[in-house]
Amino acid sequence: MSTKSSDSYVDIMEAGKSTLVHMPAPKKKKLLWSAGPPDHVGEKLALIECASILLIGISSCTIAEAAAAGYYGGRTDDILMRITEVFQTIPSFVFAILLVAIMKPSIDSIVVAITVVSWPGVARLVRGEFLALKNREFVQACHTLGMSDRRIMLAEILPNCLSPIIVIGSLMVATAILIESGLAFLGLGDPNIMSWGFQIGAGRTMLRSAWWICTFPGIAILITVLAINLVGEGLNDALNPRLRERN
Amino acid sequence: MTDSLLTISNLDIALPEGSERTLAVENLSVDLAPGETLCIVGESGSGKSLTARALMGLLPAPHVKVSRGAIDFCGEDLTQVSERRLREIRGSEISMVFQEPMTALNPVMTIGSQIDEIFRFHANMSAQQRRQRAVELLDSVQLPDPKQIVSAYPHELSGGQRQRAMIAMALALEPKILIADEPTTALDVTTQAQILKLISDMQAVHKTGVLFITHDFGVVADIADRVAVMQYGRVVETGTVDKVLNHPEHPYTQALIASVPSLTPRAARTRSDDIAIETEKLHKTFGGGRSFFGLGPPNRVVHAVKDVTVELRRGETLGIVGESGSGKSTLARCMIRLLDSDSGKIMIDGTNLRTLERAQMRPWRSKIQMVFQDPFASLNPRIKVGQIIAQGPMIQGASREEAEARTRELLGIVGLDERAFNRYPHEFSGGQRQRIGIARALALNPEILVADEPVSALDVSIQAQILKLLDEIRERMNLSMLFITHDLRVAAQVCDRLAVMRYGEIVETGATSDIFDEPQHSYTRDLLAAVPGQNWDRQTTV
Repeated sequence: MSTKSSDSYVDIMEAGKSTLVHMPAPKKKKLLWSAGPPDHVGEKLALIECASILLIGISSCTIAEAAAAGYYGGRTDDILMRITEVFQTIPSFVFAILLVAIMKPSIDSIVVAITVVSWPGVARLVRGEFLALKNREFVQACHTLGMSDRRIMLAEILPNCLSPIIVIGSLMVATAILIESGLAFLGLGDPNIMSWGFQIGAGRTMLRSAWWICTFPGIAILITVLAINLVGEGLNDALNPRLRERN
Repeated sequence: MTDSLLTISNLDIALPEGSERTLAVENLSVDLAPGETLCIVGESGSGKSLTARALMGLLPAPHVKVSRGAIDFCGEDLTQVSERRLREIRGSEISMVFQEPMTALNPVMTIGSQIDEIFRFHANMSAQQRRQRAVELLDSVQLPDPKQIVSAYPHELSGGQRQRAMIAMALALEPKILIADEPTTALDVTTQAQILKLISDMQAVHKTGVLFITHDFGVVADIADRVAVMQYGRVVETGTVDKVLNHPEHPYTQALIASVPSLTPRAARTRSDDIAIETEKLHKTFGGGRSFFGLGPPNRVVHAVKDVTVELRRGETLGIVGESGSGKSTLARCMIRLLDSDSGKIMIDGTNLRTLERAQMRPWRSKIQMVFQDPFASLNPRIKVGQIIAQGPMIQGASREEAEARTRELLGIVGLDERAFNRYPHEFSGGQRQRIGIARALALNPEILVADEPVSALDVSIQAQILKLLDEIRERMNLSMLFITHDLRVAAQVCDRLAVMRYGEIVETGATSDIFDEPQHSYTRDLLAAVPGQNWDRQTTV
């Protein structure tokens, strides 16, 4: 039914390369393997590496911003949080599509788009944690010892909000994978890199005759996201001295 | 006893496997007659609250359950009856008042509708009658303007009013038994006195049997007919209030009673002429800010500390007493520069600390240190104890080796094992944590120690130990101490002089014994009159 309509859709988005829609049918079987063969592994790793570096970079900026907002409160908090809200008011997936469409689909633009839409959630969480912890008596005790603000934030408060940061961080990685899949599904993925979402998008039209093209990448996404969540939970338990004692 | 309302015999309550002990309550046998008040006294972890919950069938199932014994209530065994019957009994025949009136009431329902619920479930009355009855009830617990309070939400009432409303709800269906689980612990002493009187008045009218759970021997002395003392889940002693309080037999009861601070002030020491720290017309307000764009009316301004002038002489202990909200903690935090005050002076050695910048303040930090109230919140759970104590000297420029050597020495001084150095705070009990907090404060060799309610979160026997430790340390290091407390018994034993605070103002200062013997201000007189267990105190001291 939809070879034509999906064709025009992709054209409208100015992103669909002929590789996807005009690919001869017999070749499509190859797509299944494309996450596996050696020549693609390197690209896949590059994607992950690039994404994680950017994510770590942006997360540290986010945490620093949110920490400052929560810790200093008042004007600082007001201004930083209003900026955060600007990003939060735009639906994240639509925003990601917009950014990728503006920047042209490539790994870099996808990574930038995903980070831009995911940081406000972390920022709000970290700010909330700092807000709650900064008035705790142990933080006040540090003030009476004459500790500097930076040290209080980094050495005293931050370790105490690590657990929620790790948990939301792992959730965020999972969401990032989903957003990437979504973008690729819409034909906004990097045409040179075969991602699971891209495969699902490509196999969508063949769903009735070759169900496995969509199914297995889908299962792979599901398992990966689940696994990352479990790793996050495990990290959370491992980093908490109280829980470590209990086991 | 044939006329008893409630007979608990050989009750065991089992804890889940892997807990510290297998039974939370072991072989408990008590009974309660109509119109009688039985106090269950014990320190935290003694199983007194679980006993109360077992009566209501409110044990945290399935982990904690009654494993043996019977609770006989007017011929029915409450451990055997069906869940449905238990629901009927709860509220109508046995009802309960909880410790924390803020969390025990539903914050999104009006007081009236919460009382209404009880009648809807247990009685057959029209809406009109129910409302009428709710107003009557609130009136009977002496709440002002009951018609208005019926439609008020819990946050609109004060702590004491909320507890009155809770009692009104508990007594709505004239239960045969009222279980009160530390109902006055969260309240100020003057409010506590009123609530205790209210409970005994209501009891006289309705012939209710009251099971009163508390850790405060003063309260026991005031209201109990009989007392059961619990330790580690076992009742170690029962008897009439006179017998248990004045002629205790079990060594644990004796030790507990001996550690209750006496109301007779200790002898004052000679006063030095040197002033360690003084404030002059110190003023602190909260609020008054505006919204982001400066629109709308400014927030309400609260004057937490109003033109307070106090002086602390070298080597003396000045007690600041007052009820919650009186500004005593705010004053202490302003003096130690945790909070910036609005105007006035804070003078140490001729320097005004109030106007110092943070960096300029740093060298002064070692002169004045603080011990906090909550031993659980005041230590960073992610940092090892040795680190917590050593970081103060290291910030002030000591080398790591010096700081660690000092830490080990301090651990000895506060009575902790040196092995504590490499452990995390959660491995210690409340009393031990408070010792760690004291060691941290001492690590900088301060001249002035500000103690903000350092013992109010602790059990009475631990409290006595910590007070003794503070006293030894003060003597040994020649500290001047600012001691903030709401507990006049503690103040009497610790302080040389007292300053009584109310609504941010100091209403009276003077030597402790003068204030106890001849209070000048009417508020001081009210405070002293409200201290529970005064008659008992006089008996024991005479």
